[in-house]
Amino acid sequence: MTVFLNALPGAVSQGLVWGIMAIGVYLTYKILDIADLTVDGSFCTGGAVFVMLFAGGANVWTAMLAALLAGMLAGLVSGLLNAACGIPAILCGILTQLGLYSVNMAIMDFKASVAINVTQADTLEKLLVSLRFVQGSVKGDFPLWRHPILVVGLFTACLIGVLYAFFGTELGSALRATGSNGNMARAQGINTDFCKVLGLMLSNGLVALSGALLCQYNGANEINVGRGAIVIGLAAVIIGDVLFSKLFRNFALKLLAVVIGAIIYYIVLQAVLAMGLNPNYLKLLSALVVAVFLSLPYWKGRYFAKPVKRGGAANA
Amino acid sequence: MLEIKEIWKTFNAGTVNEKQALRGVSLTLNEGDFCTVIGGNGAGKSTMLNAVAGTWAVDQGTISIGGTDVTHLPEHKRAAFIGRVFQDPMMGTAPTMQIIENLALAARRGQRRGLRWGLAKAEKDRYQELLSGLGLGLEDRLTSKVGLLSGGQRQALTLLMASLKKPKLLLLDEHTAALDPKTAAKVLELSDKIVAENHLTTMMVTHNMKDAIQHGNRLIMMYDGRIVIDVSGEEKKKLTVPQLLELFSKVSGSDEADDKLLLS
Repeated sequence: MTVFLNALPGAVSQGLVWGIMAIGVYLTYKILDIADLTVDGSFCTGGAVFVMLFAGGANVWTAMLAALLAGMLAGLVSGLLNAACGIPAILCGILTQLGLYSVNMAIMDFKASVAINVTQADTLEKLLVSLRFVQGSVKGDFPLWRHPILVVGLFTACLIGVLYAFFGTELGSALRATGSNGNMARAQGINTDFCKVLGLMLSNGLVALSGALLCQYNGANEINVGRGAIVIGLAAVIIGDVLFSKLFRNFALKLLAVVIGAIIYYIVLQAVLAMGLNPNYLKLLSALVVAVFLSLPYWKGRYFAKPVKRGGAANA
Repeated sequence: MLEIKEIWKTFNAGTVNEKQALRGVSLTLNEGDFCTVIGGNGAGKSTMLNAVAGTWAVDQGTISIGGTDVTHLPEHKRAAFIGRVFQDPMMGTAPTMQIIENLALAARRGQRRGLRWGLAKAEKDRYQELLSGLGLGLEDRLTSKVGLLSGGQRQALTLLMASLKKPKLLLLDEHTAALDPKTAAKVLELSDKIVAENHLTTMMVTHNMKDAIQHGNRLIMMYDGRIVIDVSGEEKKKLTVPQLLELFSKVSGSDEADDKLLLS
């Protein structure tokens, strides 16, 4: 139990970082109605771009901005494969993701792992988040405001605010209409291809940003860091949806639900690890959890459907 | 207002499923014309409407709306000129968005969509007023998701959306076919009202011969990818269903038309 409790702040921090990626997945999966598998590659791209630039002496914000742009570029590739080449969206994601493995390797100078020298105090000082701040800010080695829960929490709140505003604009509404009903969107003069590409860029930009944050948190980026990211993202989206769909109607709150979903996912993960599960089984566990939650609505409709009540409204 | 010249369209060319859906269709509609389109299944009615709307490109021929050649414009660009209501009530609205959001999207048809707010405060009153004009009580449900509405309510809303930004051309593709008779009559009445109020140039596909005769100032019948009957003005006003059927069997040269049209 103490192992678990000690790991809790770290789990919440990691959940918050992955929550940003989950928001990206939410944009494609829920709003655009596309299962975009690009994220498995673009997550690592974000970390790779960040670690190389930061190690090369770039400012932490510059490096994060570059990571965001690199992710958007990956989204652009998937989007164009779909919109301009007519390849089904799910295949586009798989193709880009596979190609990105080589690209990520190239970015990382063909090393499977690149580390940030966090043992050097002044390097560590420059990072936005780090594993070392989790306990360090409590013990007093670092100021308390540097705690990753606070920093990433604030960062996420700003992101949700920006996204909330964006999806209220004409362009954002066009994106939502594209995902809701493409026929209607085109009939209302919306370029649905453009909207899909833009949505994929936005989504993968966020995913890469999350990758850049995780790279800082871990103090290193390794080539397989994004493997199964889509499943974690989906898990967060689904957990958030199952727990809060009745409670949260507002769009900003729905995004918050996704972040909470990611946090819960990491807490559960820590709990399972604390019970002594071999970490190598985690991916299997994640896949099972997501499979079960994705099946629930289907089972519910098929086996537990309530009979329709007679005597409904006359003008239904 | 609409000028269709010799358009041809073949689906699945070169396969066993090859279907010449449009075979040299030409049609000119004047401003304010309300043209009803009838014909059996597979006659090319919906295909012609889709050709005009730009769902896909035609093989040959040209289409221009209000003097602008739109033959090579994609669907979303042609939307600047065209309002549409589909046969399937699900197709014309975004189900996961609110009624007011759907209207706001339609109000921006043909405009560049940028980073201005997608729904200005001032718009709300106007939409409320327009919705109350439908007489369906939707004015009190502005923030309801459209997915919760019935088929008839959705078609009425889609009609309103299609006419919100006055289109040069209104395309109604069997928009009452999926509704029960009572609702269908109401939506049809509403269509008449909206067309008249806005003086819209309209094409309405229907399976119902009586409706085709009762509504609009012009009637065309299609058969086998061609326009075979075209009546307007006084001649159309005097038309009856038996006359129309007779006219059709003469043109198509067979009696099977009767069954095909009446049963469809």
